[in-house]
Amino acid sequence: MSTSTATGSRRRRHGAVSPWAPYLFVAPFVVLFLLFLVAPIAVAFVNSLFSRQSSGLGFGGSSIEFVGLANFVRAFADRDFLIGFPRVLLYGAVQVPVMMAIAAFFALLFDTALVKGRRFFQFTVFLPYAVPSVIAALLWGFLYQPSVSPVLQFFESVGITLSPLASTVVLWSIANVALWSLVGINMIILFSALQSVPREMYEAARIDGAGEVRTALQIKLPMIAPAVLLTTLSSIIGTLQLFNEPQVLQTITSNIPSDYTPNMAIYATSTLGKDPHLASAMAVILGLATLVVSLLVLAANKRTTNRAGHGL
Amino acid sequence: MASDVAPPPVRDSAPAPAGRRTTFVSGERVSRTWMVIATAVMALASIYFLVPVVWLVIAATKSTGDLFSTPGFAFADFNLLENLQALSTYQDGIFWRWGLNSIIYSVLGSALTTLVCAITGYALAVYRFRGRAALISVVLASLLVPGTVIAQPTYVLLVSLGLDNTYAGLLLPALVYPFGVLLCFIFAQSSVPLELVEAARLDGAGELRIFVAIGLRLLASGLVTVLLFAFLGSWNSYILPLLVLTDAELMPLTVGLTGWNQASITIPGLQILTVVGSLVSIIPIAIVFLSLQRFWKAGLTAGSVRG
Repeated sequence: MSTSTATGSRRRRHGAVSPWAPYLFVAPFVVLFLLFLVAPIAVAFVNSLFSRQSSGLGFGGSSIEFVGLANFVRAFADRDFLIGFPRVLLYGAVQVPVMMAIAAFFALLFDTALVKGRRFFQFTVFLPYAVPSVIAALLWGFLYQPSVSPVLQFFESVGITLSPLASTVVLWSIANVALWSLVGINMIILFSALQSVPREMYEAARIDGAGEVRTALQIKLPMIAPAVLLTTLSSIIGTLQLFNEPQVLQTITSNIPSDYTPNMAIYATSTLGKDPHLASAMAVILGLATLVVSLLVLAANKRTTNRAGHGL
Repeated sequence: MASDVAPPPVRDSAPAPAGRRTTFVSGERVSRTWMVIATAVMALASIYFLVPVVWLVIAATKSTGDLFSTPGFAFADFNLLENLQALSTYQDGIFWRWGLNSIIYSVLGSALTTLVCAITGYALAVYRFRGRAALISVVLASLLVPGTVIAQPTYVLLVSLGLDNTYAGLLLPALVYPFGVLLCFIFAQSSVPLELVEAARLDGAGELRIFVAIGLRLLASGLVTVLLFAFLGSWNSYILPLLVLTDAELMPLTVGLTGWNQASITIPGLQILTVVGSLVSIIPIAIVFLSLQRFWKAGLTAGSVRG
């Protein structure tokens, strides 16, 4: 009798596993997800509809009142905040393609076996990725100041005066920091994509007498093109969030105002301006703008992969 | 000689066909010219990538005066030890406190994050339960939420929870790592055989024990990848600690060092401390990162197949 119950219970466990197990397993993530991802989004939306109103002459304290879309009206009336959007889009539209082109160029170069000392060069290109972006910005900040920078001093000595912090070029000096940090990781991604392509694919071209260069340009490049495109687009979305580099470089130049990028404006409004409600409205605007751009990119990507016949 | 120039067969390429050698003779000269050009181009490029790091190493050995008065790439009086001593004693050695904080946030944070990701990804791969499909879609959708944009609302929320200016206030939000869950889900699908889970169940093992003894073990190499990404994310994080922390004792290195950089406008001695501090902060992470390349490369490949 006892044996039959044992097998019976085994059967039961075998068939339907204790039904709560999966829920207990995912519970920590779900709770944290609700608390620190869903709730902040809700907080942003709710907060953006309220405002702190000081009563009387400012002596009687203040109260938080529902103001409808007033914060959004104020955000959209803030020219400096709005101009940050085309600024970061321009930044992304230039920095990302340049970065990907250089990364693709290096990846193809490394894949051809034309480069002597490949491991050393791969290491040097990749090294900056191990430097946190904030520290990278600090470092380049020194190299951008004529008083300490050996690079500027070198160019000065050959008669070229560079001022990377001038208001007209400072955006590209910020881009240079990101470029320096991120070419390496993109190069590695594309390089491993190239390495996973079966060698036979270009054996034939080689037999036909095509050199390394022609093989790279006419066979390898088209093969990694979809990967390059996808990474490029998603990186441009990332640049909408630009914050670390300009925030750090801001301390050494007056040409980067505190609302230089949308994210910096949110930060400044929240801390310097002490207006978390307006900051929330700005965060909602930036979040929605990012979402729209992301969905456009996803749709465009779907179209291109459908046309190509197969997904990535 | 031709064999010198011919690219080594990287993969399982078949033995070269007989015709190849003859065609390669004509290609050889071209190849050698290109090789010189390619290597020269890379050498030039590597100067660009190395200059800031080399400058940092040299600058860290100088005194404040020499930093401004001697050429950037020339060593002056060797002052590194004095600089390190100044770094250790400034404001009662707050720099090392920041370093310890960075390690707490990154090591403890990434270990907990990885555990949460692992158990969630494992559950999604091993169990069929109501809400599973919905959870997977929510995780995928949340990849579209830009992390830095929700930093400000997260800060507002932490203030209302009374968690601003605490370790927990910075550690807890970092535990939500949807991309890590997705990676663990993918890893678990490919490396945890359902038959093995069934067999363990028949042997009477509880679900949690199966996860710890079998799931975690089989996922181990994938988890190192998630751990590394989570670690890097915490180590590099800037906007959230900048918002959440006002107490210098709780700050990570990134916030502390940029604060010094800002203050160095009025306190000249801080400039060299920022330089030395930057160097010291890069060294451990660079070593960890470059020595574990195998693992995060695996993560990149797994990440790229998610589409």
